[in-house]
Amino acid sequence: MGIIELTKNFKIPAKAKKIVLVGNPNVGKSVFFNALTNRYVEVSNFPGTTVDISYSSLGSDVLIDTPGIYGVSSFNDEEKVAREMILQADVVINIVDALHLERDLFLTQQLIDMDIPMIIALNMMDEARQQGVEIDVQALEEYFGVPVIPTVAVEGKGMAEVLKSLDKARAGHKVPEIMDMLASVKGFFPNAGEALLYLEEDPLVEPSGPIPQAHRGQEELYLKRRLWVNEIAGKVVREGLEGATFAARLGHLLLRPFPGVPALLLSLAVMYYFIGVFIAQVIVEFTEEVIMEGYYRPFMENLVDRIFSLRTVTGYILAGEYGILTMTAVYLLGLLMPLVAGFYFSLSVMEDSGYLPRIATLTDRILVKMGLNGRAIIPIILGLGCVTMATITTRILGSSRERIIATALLGIAIPCSAQLGVIFGMVSPLGLGYLTLYLAVIALVFIGLGVVMEKFIPGRSTDLLMDLPHMRLPRLKNVFKKTYNRTIHFLKEALPLFALGALLISLLNISGSLLAIQKFLSPLVNGWMKLPEAASTAFIMGIVRRDFGAAGLYSLQMSPGQTLVSLVAITLFVPCIASILIIFKERGLKDGLLIWIGSFMIAFLSGGILARIII
Amino acid sequence: MMTLEQAKKGEKLVVRDITDPEMRMKAIRFGVMKGAEVTCAEKLPYGPVVIRKGRQELAVGRRLAQRIIVEPRI
Repeated sequence: MGIIELTKNFKIPAKAKKIVLVGNPNVGKSVFFNALTNRYVEVSNFPGTTVDISYSSLGSDVLIDTPGIYGVSSFNDEEKVAREMILQADVVINIVDALHLERDLFLTQQLIDMDIPMIIALNMMDEARQQGVEIDVQALEEYFGVPVIPTVAVEGKGMAEVLKSLDKARAGHKVPEIMDMLASVKGFFPNAGEALLYLEEDPLVEPSGPIPQAHRGQEELYLKRRLWVNEIAGKVVREGLEGATFAARLGHLLLRPFPGVPALLLSLAVMYYFIGVFIAQVIVEFTEEVIMEGYYRPFMENLVDRIFSLRTVTGYILAGEYGILTMTAVYLLGLLMPLVAGFYFSLSVMEDSGYLPRIATLTDRILVKMGLNGRAIIPIILGLGCVTMATITTRILGSSRERIIATALLGIAIPCSAQLGVIFGMVSPLGLGYLTLYLAVIALVFIGLGVVMEKFIPGRSTDLLMDLPHMRLPRLKNVFKKTYNRTIHFLKEALPLFALGALLISLLNISGSLLAIQKFLSPLVNGWMKLPEAASTAFIMGIVRRDFGAAGLYSLQMSPGQTLVSLVAITLFVPCIASILIIFKERGLKDGLLIWIGSFMIAFLSGGILARIII
Repeated sequence: MMTLEQAKKGEKLVVRDITDPEMRMKAIRFGVMKGAEVTCAEKLPYGPVVIRKGRQELAVGRRLAQRIIVEPRI
């Protein structure tokens, strides 16, 4: 990642003072941002990453939000982005969770060591008081040498004081030993911040010219800082004795296999009813059938027909069977957008309530066997919504090995919501036995595939080390805001690829290649999997869209055994054309092709073996 | 001396070492390093160990727990 200049890459005037919000994850940073800026907020993607940056004008200055981080370094994309923002900041507002002062002060002291003018907002003071934690604000101010303002962001308390104190922002008291170390190298960097990161062995910082042999060491500086702030925290915090709160007890219960696993299954069931029944049926019925198919598609077809005529190649590509203006738009806006928004809504609720990290902890044990860790549960849950969306989310995983394993699992063994709808519609009438068998076969392939990849893909996956935030009721306003931002981001990423996919399939169809592939597949489908000849058409359709494939099986006359075999095969069959394009973009052509061909083989292999057993 | 993996639920511990360099850095930021006093708050069967330090709770994967050397605190 090169240097991204805020004033060049974002709509920030050169003269505006850049005020940057910095804090640990879950300290109420986005609530803070929303409370300070009621006006228009810009959201831009940070170039080269999946991280979005929100910013908004604050008088003649600009307020910038950053991702939550535990320290300024380059361990992952979010840290790299936050680090870039901090280095260019004129003023930093450091938001600190009063309940986790000791943890949060590491970042605070690091910002001070970087010599950046700042103020500290001591947030969640109400909860701290309720839990018997008392903080000597004045002493904290004296130790750090910067203004400290107590706040309760969710109630808007302290916001006016924060704004008033911005003028008093100043560089604070550094850790004495670190200050001595900085003195010898300071001159070789544009600012003290980069000099400090150089001493901390940050791989992205280079000195300007030959530098005298300096004493560097990330661990040494981290330890000095940690001990320094622990001492301060010990002096300013007084904790009353208190019993375990209800939230803390609930947090523990959800981690134990019982009742944690039943609670997880119940949450997934609620999520299924919300997304699979309410959104997929009630909402999509309206958005897809009424709006998009009823009004939009006829209008578009008519328009294209008048300009090009639908019989021309251009007309066919724009508004034919797989038209860019018709099918892509209907699918993306009518069907996918409500489903994706529903999934992001559920995810945001689970995130803001503190439940998601507990699900990750609970599932870590199984995921480790598959070369992943608990964090991978996030893209896997999202994959049940849309594999394209989930593939983008694999960026949160800690190593490229984990990203490849998760992407392959998503591309092969996770059915998306559109496909699940059709599959459940076909398998449910066959009775509970077939439904169980279907789920068991898919689960077996999913776990088996993960275990095999863990064995054969070289390298080592990262371990789980994750903060478990307190359980709390999510704020609806914040949840909606997150859902909105993420949905828009997804649409922006997916739209061009969906259009490209539609174009490809139109060209295949016009050139007659589609028929040729169909002939080629027929022996596999008919001979090996014992399915009717016509089922090969369904698989061809499955290359375009997974639920098209499943829907293509719907109208065929098949025995219950054949239905099961065909559903297993279509589930494991290749990811849809938009997903595979995202996979190419994220994982590269070689790994993408391996996943695509692998899913082809695994689908037909599993289908055939199952056919030999049950038909 | 033992590893965090061998600790019992509810046991009070002192961290003596973390033998994985990158994880050692990340843990310092959470306040977990040589000399830190923690409690084993929860142990998931064959899964992560949850440690508590003050009000903060951290989930530690099994394999990492094997690399964290601890001693019972008296």
